[in-house]
Amino acid sequence: MNTPHNVESGISRRGFLQVITLGSAGFMLGWVPRDGLSAEVSTTSFGHFVRIGSDNAVTVIIKHLDKGQGVTTGLTTIVADELDADWMQMRWEFAPADATRYNNLNWGPVQGTGGSSSIANSWTQLRVAGAGARAMLVSAASKVWQVPVGEITVSKGVLSHADKRHATLGELAIAAATETPPDPPRLKEAREFTFIGKRVPRIDTPEKTTGRAHYTIDLSRPGMLTAVVAHPPRFGAKVAKWDASAAKKIVGVVEIIEIPQGVAVLAKDFWSAKRGRDALNVEWDERAAEHRGSLELWQAYKELAAHAGAPARRDGDVEAAFARAAKVVDAAYEFPYLAHATMEPLNAICELRADACEIWSGAQSPTTDQQVVAMITGLDPSQVIIHTQFAGGSFGRRAAPDSDYIAEAVHIALAIKGRAPVKLQWTREDDMRSGRYRPMAYHVLRAGLDANGKLIAWHHRIVAQSFLKGTPFAAMVKNGVDGTAVEGARNLPYTVENCAVDLQMPDVGVPTLWWRSVGHTFNGFATEAFFDEVARAAGHDPVVWRRELLAGHPRHLGVLDLAIDKAGAAPTGKGQGRGVAVHESFNSFVAEVVDLTVHDDGSFKVDRVVCAVDCGIAVNPDIVRAQMEGGIGMGLGAALREAVTLKDGVVEQTNFNAYQPLRIDEMPRVEVHIMPSTVTPSGVGEPGVPPIAPAIANALLAVTGKPTRRLPFT
Amino acid sequence: MTAIKFELNGKPITTDADPEMPLLWYLREQVGLTGTKYGCGIAQCGACTVHLNGVATRSCITPLQAVVSAKVMTIEGLSTAAGKATQAAWQTLDVVQCGYCQSGQIMSAAALLAKNAAPTEADIDAAMHGNLCRCATYHRIRAAIHQAATNLKAGSA
Repeated sequence: MNTPHNVESGISRRGFLQVITLGSAGFMLGWVPRDGLSAEVSTTSFGHFVRIGSDNAVTVIIKHLDKGQGVTTGLTTIVADELDADWMQMRWEFAPADATRYNNLNWGPVQGTGGSSSIANSWTQLRVAGAGARAMLVSAASKVWQVPVGEITVSKGVLSHADKRHATLGELAIAAATETPPDPPRLKEAREFTFIGKRVPRIDTPEKTTGRAHYTIDLSRPGMLTAVVAHPPRFGAKVAKWDASAAKKIVGVVEIIEIPQGVAVLAKDFWSAKRGRDALNVEWDERAAEHRGSLELWQAYKELAAHAGAPARRDGDVEAAFARAAKVVDAAYEFPYLAHATMEPLNAICELRADACEIWSGAQSPTTDQQVVAMITGLDPSQVIIHTQFAGGSFGRRAAPDSDYIAEAVHIALAIKGRAPVKLQWTREDDMRSGRYRPMAYHVLRAGLDANGKLIAWHHRIVAQSFLKGTPFAAMVKNGVDGTAVEGARNLPYTVENCAVDLQMPDVGVPTLWWRSVGHTFNGFATEAFFDEVARAAGHDPVVWRRELLAGHPRHLGVLDLAIDKAGAAPTGKGQGRGVAVHESFNSFVAEVVDLTVHDDGSFKVDRVVCAVDCGIAVNPDIVRAQMEGGIGMGLGAALREAVTLKDGVVEQTNFNAYQPLRIDEMPRVEVHIMPSTVTPSGVGEPGVPPIAPAIANALLAVTGKPTRRLPFT
Repeated sequence: MTAIKFELNGKPITTDADPEMPLLWYLREQVGLTGTKYGCGIAQCGACTVHLNGVATRSCITPLQAVVSAKVMTIEGLSTAAGKATQAAWQTLDVVQCGYCQSGQIMSAAALLAKNAAPTEADIDAAMHGNLCRCATYHRIRAAIHQAATNLKAGSA
């Protein structure tokens, strides 16, 4: 550590790994100095997260995937602040896959991004990293200048003594490397923050607005082949036999092979590979395949809902309370499968050698990927090198416990014995039909009220597949309860003495997965929409009653009051109305107030959403706002029209003509208000999603008197 | 086979590539201009939007033979006043999240502003309806288009 060294050249480092043009031959990855700097720049590591170059660049190692949520900016900000760096000298790069250094502290020995945990779990870790480096630099300056440590100040990346001596971080980096950081270093008081809590421009905006940002789809390797795969039409089917005679005639097609997932066509480029794939004739063995369609699944789910599931919460005596209730309110809710439909259709590059397997991908769960790849190849997980790239969206899709599409790329590379690097590229249709959907779910809710309209009983039964059962994440399933299926339901915040939540986990051949805010997507809706139904049945104003029953939950109340205050007077025009929902997810609290207009034909338009969020300290308030805006838009789109349905086991939506996310004309005005806080930060990637759909349902109920019990709305 | 000639980002191109190949894949895999993205392949998402003689065009369904003699501009070559103003507004407002769709969004917005200096909300809806953003950055896209229009007007005054 005390010897300055060049950045490792054997491992890809973001900023050095760039596409270089090779005339008409195309392009490839190469090792080039970043941004025109000389390759002789020496860099000094300050722990695993901070490097300072002799060129005065400070690089923060980002252990999380940036799939749009802005962690490259947020995590860099935390270090920059404690380091007292100048923002313009800050750089970043994705960490390699190394769970010993870069694990998610909320997850144990696993490196990965999810559960809106990036900022939350890194907060103290990166403050210590930044503060430790700062202390080492100050100590070095004190020795070089022969002045006491206490007389040295650091501001905007410059160390100073009494306005006489000055040095940049880069100038002192080598000397500082031999210093021992205090353990623990002094961390700033909130009032000392220079970047945290202020708007720092997104560090990835320039490259993402000029076409220079590279995603996996944009990368190439020398001699690389592109693979497009024929997948079975039904989940669980296998290849029976195949005829590639037509496909082989396509110019550019190099090789056609069978893999466990289907038949892969390898070609010199995507276009040839896709034409080859489309020319294949494959027969499928569907004996073990899921043949049920949505109608059959709904029927099965409704039958299951008649029976008690595994208990997830049991307060008081619910049966006795219902028996003495003066009024009982019942409702059942239906939620469809949802596709993540990331804008970048899923892909991965695999380069397989005897002693290593290198993967390029938007890796959300590198440790899982390493284990899966090791299992397939027989290599040790440490021999699986992962080069994390920008992800063109994820929403949970890139963290499948079986690393499905990465496994597919590796199987192809293995089938051709590593003769060439392989880029597996799914078409949109492959992506849409690949499963790993947000589980479809059937919820039955029941509330009991006494003669005074007091809530005395609440029962919530959920029927939804577990996507963790039988996976390396199975520890999250306890006593028959997959925690992700009941989150947001079993921790219902409302005061009710007798409360039960139980879960039925049907086995269905359609693979499911976490989808932005996971169980909260349906539990937030079921609890908040049902709450309004019960409130109205009991003659209560839903907002007033919420306030009453949220006693003891100050952060719920805080955002509820803030959103309602900022929303002002409710609209009173023809067909206009307001709905409110508040929900906690991933330790953040969000309230959303929806104003909408219902037209004569029953259609409606969301006019305005006022959102209040309490995520503790907002490291970057503008990114917090962006995540609320985006979460609201994505949640609104899902509620309006998104659904994956099956007929006889075959997915009916294969592209954006049938599966329809939100478009710009339906995006409402969104105003986001952030609750001032001194609490440790929690996440914002997901918590904006859950309240939007129930707030809409509650507004529709207010206007039309009709509850919404099936999503999507239209 | 006759060579296909057209202009790409101001430079002449002559190629004997398959005339049926979509412009998108020619740009990405033959030229190495990867800023233009693949999203759906059926002109439903707009990630592949380029300018064809100044008009926002989905390159994923545009065969190479359809651009003969035409002027093609991609995000890498976006140099019009409207294009520069659009990118600047996108940067000022930090529109991007995952960023994957944003080349297409910017190309559509730049084409709109080139022919309509003061777009209304309805104009924006119409011009941008074909560009999906799964991160739903629409709120800022709208604001950035208005800001770019304002800046263009100030710049030309």
